[in-house]
Amino acid sequence: MSLWSRISNAVQGERLNREIDEELQSHVEEAIASGRDPREAHHAFGSTLRAREASHSVRVAGWLESLLADVRFGWRQLCRNKVTSVAAVLSLALGIGSCVAAFRLIDALLWRPLPISNSGDLYVLSHKETGFDGKPLEDDHWATPDFNLMRDAVKDQADLIAISEAERTDITWSTDDDVEKAHVAYVSGNMFPLFGLEPELGRLLVTADDRAPGAAPYAVLSWDYWNHRFGRDPRVLGRPLHVGDQNFQIIGVGPRDFTGVEKGTVSDIFLPLSMNRAVTEESMPWHRIFLMVKPGVNPATALEPLRQHLSAVNRAFGSACSTCFRGETQADINRYLNQKLVLSPAGAGISALQKEYRRLLVVLGLLAGLVLLIACVNVGNMMTAQAAARSQEMALRISIGAGRRRLVQLILSQSALLALLASVLGALFAAWSAPFVLSLINPPDNPARLALSADWRVLLFGFGLIVLIVLLLGLLPALRASAVRPVVALKGGEDPYSPRRLMRGAIALQVAFCFLTLFLSSLFVVSFQRLQNRPLGFSTDRLLLLETVAGKGQSSVVWSQTAEALRAAPGVDSVAISGWPLLGRIRINSDVSINGAPPSPTPAFFLNVSPGWFSTMKIPLVSGRDLRPEDASPGAVIVNETFVKTYFPGQDPIGHTFARGTNQPLNTIVGVTRDVPDHDLREPNLAVFYVPINEVDDKSAPKTVDFATFVIHTDTRNPLALADSLRQLIAQRHNGLRVSNVTTQLDLVRDQTIRERLIAMLAAFFAAVALLLAGIGLYAVLNYSVLQRRREIGIRMAMGSPRASIVRVVTLDVFVMIALGGCTGVALGFGAARYVQSLFYQVKATDADMIALPTCAILLTALVATFPAVLRALRTDPTEILRAE
Amino acid sequence: MPKTDALQGSLDLLVLKILSRRPQLHGYAIMAAIANTSGEVLRAEEGSLYPALHRMEEAGWIRAEWIKKDTGRRARIYELTAAGKKQLGMEESRWQSVSLAINRVLREA
Repeated sequence: MSLWSRISNAVQGERLNREIDEELQSHVEEAIASGRDPREAHHAFGSTLRAREASHSVRVAGWLESLLADVRFGWRQLCRNKVTSVAAVLSLALGIGSCVAAFRLIDALLWRPLPISNSGDLYVLSHKETGFDGKPLEDDHWATPDFNLMRDAVKDQADLIAISEAERTDITWSTDDDVEKAHVAYVSGNMFPLFGLEPELGRLLVTADDRAPGAAPYAVLSWDYWNHRFGRDPRVLGRPLHVGDQNFQIIGVGPRDFTGVEKGTVSDIFLPLSMNRAVTEESMPWHRIFLMVKPGVNPATALEPLRQHLSAVNRAFGSACSTCFRGETQADINRYLNQKLVLSPAGAGISALQKEYRRLLVVLGLLAGLVLLIACVNVGNMMTAQAAARSQEMALRISIGAGRRRLVQLILSQSALLALLASVLGALFAAWSAPFVLSLINPPDNPARLALSADWRVLLFGFGLIVLIVLLLGLLPALRASAVRPVVALKGGEDPYSPRRLMRGAIALQVAFCFLTLFLSSLFVVSFQRLQNRPLGFSTDRLLLLETVAGKGQSSVVWSQTAEALRAAPGVDSVAISGWPLLGRIRINSDVSINGAPPSPTPAFFLNVSPGWFSTMKIPLVSGRDLRPEDASPGAVIVNETFVKTYFPGQDPIGHTFARGTNQPLNTIVGVTRDVPDHDLREPNLAVFYVPINEVDDKSAPKTVDFATFVIHTDTRNPLALADSLRQLIAQRHNGLRVSNVTTQLDLVRDQTIRERLIAMLAAFFAAVALLLAGIGLYAVLNYSVLQRRREIGIRMAMGSPRASIVRVVTLDVFVMIALGGCTGVALGFGAARYVQSLFYQVKATDADMIALPTCAILLTALVATFPAVLRALRTDPTEILRAE
Repeated sequence: MPKTDALQGSLDLLVLKILSRRPQLHGYAIMAAIANTSGEVLRAEEGSLYPALHRMEEAGWIRAEWIKKDTGRRARIYELTAAGKKQLGMEESRWQSVSLAINRVLREA
């Protein structure tokens, strides 16, 4: 109560003074009314001013009042230099907003714990081994029988939980025609209880749901999915759900915040692990394994023994597994058996997105931080210049008794005012930019989803940032200003060089930061350009892709007939079929065995295609012929040039044969095509062979095809315009074929470069801002320095110094600082580039043009920024200066 | 007898005591009451009365409010709060013990 009244009195200081005066006045009047002589009454009362001051200081919070006075004064200072203040606030806001946005993304994807109990005790199990290409490989997918063995082996110290990735799956709620997509995750029944999760509705999956394969046809919806798909309708319980040919029943809805353990993907539907057909497959790694130590077990000591125990069980499983290594060489089997198990903390979730974007986000944070630092240096310089201009005022304040603490407070409150204004704008910028950047991650039809809540973590970060900025901006000028020696300053003879020395140091710092930003940005932009301009070797123009599934499989004849029907549709030029699209997400390797020899250590990759696929994709044949309708697999194959180089170096491969593993039927090479990137634009071309879409088994009976992609060359510029009518056309044939996904070849190519495009775009943005800010900073410092040295310049001119030497005097030290900053920037750049090397494509930090590009940009900016100041220096009129001084 | 303002530290006590007997007095009336009841011996210095009142108000011992006087002017009147009553009790007993002690010294020294 009392503190509050003192605070409110401080805010309303003037009103308080009026009230005190009124009370004192009424006292004297009372005295006169009671018959005392007016003069005597006034005299007896003494100084009203002193009484008022004494009362005033009792009734207000003094510190607050002086603070308010300082803030008001600071505000007036800011208003006096409107343009610079607005520029300062805007540049700081951009820096703060970018930093907060980067923090929100990094925190949401990498740091924020999952909304489960004991998230700190959660670990994920992965295995490290040497891949077939000799590179180290870490993978966290496991086969269920292996999981079962490991779970039982460690059940006294820890619980193992199996959770599959949330796969975007075709599901049906009512009739077969209404197929929709949902992210479906298979989880072991112990997940919900161990995570301490309570149902919002109905019940969740329990351990009993794991008891036998196929025995628990129950589904749990995530709260998020329940909300946006069913509008939180409680009648959803008991509804049937069809996934593939399985039927499930909705038994419950999960808690509000829980969207699975996969950061970046929201799981819509949870199904019991036991309902996936892969649970009995020994050789099918398909889900992750999480480990949660039991309460009372200390992870620090228990983890390593657990890991060794799991390792032994896993190795025993591998050795005993009869189906795991069928047809593999002993070396491959040993490679697998010698894998090393790793337990890593998973309290913040685990996802491919984290792996893929970790470095990118760190770079983003770094760039945002650099821009903020550059902005801080700019504003700091501005304040140093202003403080220098106010040194006489400061001297006066000290002379009449202002304490040093009070002066520091005076200047710090001005920088706090700047920082606060900027942080309000910055918060708005962050609120917009973080979701915007998030929406650019992943293809538009399957966007990354993260909870970007603005909670205490973000607030704390923002507050810390503001404190840091206030100190960065204000402390140095404040200490300098408060150290003013009044006698010297009032005489006007303070060392004129010291603020300039400080500002020159700041220039070097700024150039270093700017160089680093530009350097990294140009690496990213050039990477993106080279990746995008990589020759594809096939045409993406007007190609529509219909990814089609046949629930129970269909013969290749039916697929060919459907292709024939599509060919007859209006607007369609040509139609071909491939197992999956080029640069899609699928790639399957195959052994290659030549002349009955054991499979070669380097595998090749294959793709099933129909006749005419090469001409539809516009992939040229180098020699030989295309596949024919009567060709079947095994039989005729077409190989690419890398395949020839790898397996038949220096030979004409046409007519040669190979088998897909030992004791497999032979394939005859009938043609050779040019290399095309088949899976990943970033990778070099690999050995690929193309086999006919119609496959036959050992007894020459045709095999059925479960899924394939119709590749349709249309005659419209926008192939997607035909998608609906062609999808209808397929559905109307009622032959079990159903379009599951529609895309274009162009989009698939674009999706390949999403990450590179994103980082290049953001880096270019930050580089432009950094360059602009550095230019402004340089201009301001030089301008200030010329203004301050106009006496010296005037004297030099009067003594006949040539213009060239005036220019040198003015600019020399600045360019020395630029050179110094540039060198520091190169060193920093090399260090940073090494960390993000994995994000580059065909560029190296040491490339000469990668260093030349930012150097030229900075020099050009420096020239433009110094020009006005140099002009001002040259226009100095010596007579005027000398007269004025 | 010289008029003494040697109220060192006892001004609070007097103000609280006066207000406990006669609530709702303005500053001048409090001063007059101190002078009257002490038989014109004790006199609060007029200038220092108000800072003391304001200090006690901030401490929460007394409460003030503006009232309109017959003359049309406003006056600020004070009254004791619960905390003020407690404070008065403490100050009174402190005064008693101090004056007892002083008397003893005067008697025995």
